[in-house]
Amino acid sequence: MTVGTAFHPRTAQLNAKMQWREWSGFFAASEYHDSHVIEYNAIREAAALIDVSPLFKYELRGPDALRLVDRLITRDAARLTPGRAFYTPWCDEHGKVIDDGTIHRLEDADGDQLIRWTAADPQYRWLRLNAHGLDVDVADVSERDAAIALQGPLARKVLEAATGEPFGDLRYFRRRPAALGGIPVDVSRTGYTGDLGYELWIPAERAVEAWDVLVAAGEPYRVRPAGMLALDVARLEAGLVLIEVDYTSAVHSHIPAQNFSPYEIGLGRLVDLAKADFVGKRALIAEVAAGGPARRLVGLDVSWPEIEALYAAEGLAPYAPPTVSRTHVPLLANGRQVGRVTSTGWSPILKKMIALASVGVAHARTGGRVQVEWTVEAKRKLVSATVVDVPFFDPPRKRA
Amino acid sequence: MAERYDAVIIGGGHNGLTTAAYLAKAGWKTLVLEKRHILGGATTSDEIVPGYTFSVLSYVVSLLRPEIIRELELPKHGLEILPLDGTFTPVPGDYLWRRDDHAATMRELRRWSKSDADAYEEYGQLMADMARFIKPILGLVPPDPTSIDPREWLGVMGLARDFARLPERQQAAFIGLMTMSAADFLDQWFETDPLKATMSASGIIGTFLGVRSPGTAYVLLHHYMGEIDGAFRAWGLHKGGTGAISYAIANAARALGAEIRTNAGVAQVRLSSAGDRATGVVLDDGEEIEAGVVVSSADVRRTFLQLLEPGVLPEDFEAAVRRFKFRGSSGKVNLALDALPTFTANPGGTEYLRGAMSISPAVDYMERAYDDAKYGRFSRRPYVDVVIPSLVDPSVAPPGKHVMSCFVQYAPYNLAEGPADWENQREAFGETVIDTISEFAPNLRDVIVETYVVTPWDMEREWGLTEGNIFHGELSLEQLFFSRPVPGWSRYRTPIRDYWMAGSSTHPGGGIMAANGRLAALELLKAKKGKVA
Repeated sequence: MTVGTAFHPRTAQLNAKMQWREWSGFFAASEYHDSHVIEYNAIREAAALIDVSPLFKYELRGPDALRLVDRLITRDAARLTPGRAFYTPWCDEHGKVIDDGTIHRLEDADGDQLIRWTAADPQYRWLRLNAHGLDVDVADVSERDAAIALQGPLARKVLEAATGEPFGDLRYFRRRPAALGGIPVDVSRTGYTGDLGYELWIPAERAVEAWDVLVAAGEPYRVRPAGMLALDVARLEAGLVLIEVDYTSAVHSHIPAQNFSPYEIGLGRLVDLAKADFVGKRALIAEVAAGGPARRLVGLDVSWPEIEALYAAEGLAPYAPPTVSRTHVPLLANGRQVGRVTSTGWSPILKKMIALASVGVAHARTGGRVQVEWTVEAKRKLVSATVVDVPFFDPPRKRA
Repeated sequence: MAERYDAVIIGGGHNGLTTAAYLAKAGWKTLVLEKRHILGGATTSDEIVPGYTFSVLSYVVSLLRPEIIRELELPKHGLEILPLDGTFTPVPGDYLWRRDDHAATMRELRRWSKSDADAYEEYGQLMADMARFIKPILGLVPPDPTSIDPREWLGVMGLARDFARLPERQQAAFIGLMTMSAADFLDQWFETDPLKATMSASGIIGTFLGVRSPGTAYVLLHHYMGEIDGAFRAWGLHKGGTGAISYAIANAARALGAEIRTNAGVAQVRLSSAGDRATGVVLDDGEEIEAGVVVSSADVRRTFLQLLEPGVLPEDFEAAVRRFKFRGSSGKVNLALDALPTFTANPGGTEYLRGAMSISPAVDYMERAYDDAKYGRFSRRPYVDVVIPSLVDPSVAPPGKHVMSCFVQYAPYNLAEGPADWENQREAFGETVIDTISEFAPNLRDVIVETYVVTPWDMEREWGLTEGNIFHGELSLEQLFFSRPVPGWSRYRTPIRDYWMAGSSTHPGGGIMAANGRLAALELLKAKKGKVA
């Protein structure tokens, strides 16, 4: 049975249209307002509060906590010093991605290293299995800690108003503890929107209090709650992959084609083959040695004039759905299928139809032209698309 | 030795800048000359009160053409259009709130009239179909009605063919739109007075007509043209105010190689010794600039009667220019606010303040507002279209503070005492607007930090808008399409060779569309076969 998150007493009141979706067994609001468009507006122009409590969260504690991290992730955990956070994938022994998430190094305590590991899918068993022989405790704190993303160009102002502390010095992918109206929270300069933003890790029993503090402090900055629909538009513009949409977890794949290495989902830059051994390293070395995988993740700029023309041919005004489609559709080159489109949506800020796609390496070159299937009036047609770099939208404030 | 440009554009508003961008894109050495200290013309933002950025005149992006957004890559240059959703019409003791949620809007309409709720959907469907039919006109260069070249007529013939194919019901609606008053047209569907009054308002904006004046129905369509752009969202507010649209177009133009100068007013267009060809311009300070082509984005009266020496135009043409109707009828009151206003009757929360708030409680109210104007005074109780942009764009006001834009009609340029009397009536006009809104939102006065009133007289003197007409001339039917601005001269050319026009006095009219600027440039490039003049 789906249950509410720690913020449910507040989010349920705000979700006037009762638009919920299920996220890891929790209710997650699709949208709170008349339309998600104004919530997207808050992410890009003001500040938005996004309940991300359904993320799986684990606490790794012990003298070997960092060794466990290093054993699993594709990045070099030696650089994960206290106060830093990593975005990283982790793989199975075949070098196929199990999940991706952010891993936070908290301050050492009593000689123990302390890690917060966040994930889309449950990782408790995987962490425990790989902790063999290491002096580390793994605790599932998914329900102990609530989490909220405070995202948008004014997110820092809201956070500073809410905590009374300056945050200009907390750099991109850093974290530190803070007090939110007397509530101890942990703040990371992270997010899933490609904008300036923070994620706050909050004791679940004080989540509602924390929500109220943020809303009160955020009022002058037009802070709004934002749901999954708005988040999906923002993350697509930011070129951020979504598990089970843009790739399949190795845990859930049934056939080899459903397995993805980090190099196939645009995360190759996060693979450090020179670091100490980690799960999947040998397979990834072999994959690179063989010339890299046969397919890549690319961004697409889908031709809006051609979409318009398809509608015009039916005597209709063009239509751009305001939400992101997660329906996979064929991607072709020279009349042959060479991949699939995985996420498609209209970017309000770029005024473009954009998409993430998985495509054969021969057609993955930036500037290359491909075709994607576009259905109008139940007629399957093709429109052309240009391969472009991701992120589609990358404002300087994201890292500022 | 004076510098020589392929094209000099007079006026750095959205149309002039658009023309410049397209000419520069074609490789022309292009210069834009703007008289004011900032770009934008009537599409301008200014921090008149420290910390508060006003969209001083035009305040919504209306129908900015998607092809221009795309071709000039405007998002890359700063274009950011933000949602303006919903219309809140306060009436004494109640309100009518149409919002960005279909079910909620239907429930609200049913509260007023079950029949109107049903009619609203029918009407919306019909208007969307009509808008789809009429919309291509915006991207079409009007043909010369005296021309027999069939190519010129292809676009229009396409429209005629489409018209013939329309269902009879739609043909009838189209005739109605072209001939009826907005109020009469809406009477065919609706009975709810505040609904009709609010919808009819879009038929009168920028005209010296009332909601019961024939011919005002046509402009109702424009609203739906914006709507069928759907997610493209060519209709809304702009981040940083409307001036930022001008800056985005200017950035695009500069990136394409155009030069842009501010504080560079043009005193006169220089002609060849024979007086039949433009060869450059003379600035207010006497500087001379040579140009292959001069394009004026100023309004038609300035373009022909002020920038040219008298006597160089054909008499009939000049007479037609003099007849072109301006008759500015609107004003603008910009308010800096300490806090949000609260309407006496409201649905709770502040979401209802996020769209337009329309002071248009009844059709009679609208018509009475016009009655005042007919006899040369501003409306004692005007129609006001109120927007609070800071609710979706916090960058235009300090945290927790707001800017409020009030478009006011009627504020006739021609006061009974003469237009110059606006100097004496400006303050009373501002007070009247604040009083009018305060009748529905009584705390307004308490939250006002600063008031900045713009009368049609100010629009003329500061922005060069003749008689304070926001559209460079009335958008009335007889002044549209191939009659805009002068019958036979709708294709951006003028009787003076190499002197072109690109402003809102041309087809397809005013509003932040920029279609005029683009079409003028494309037509000019076609005439010169793309070659540098």
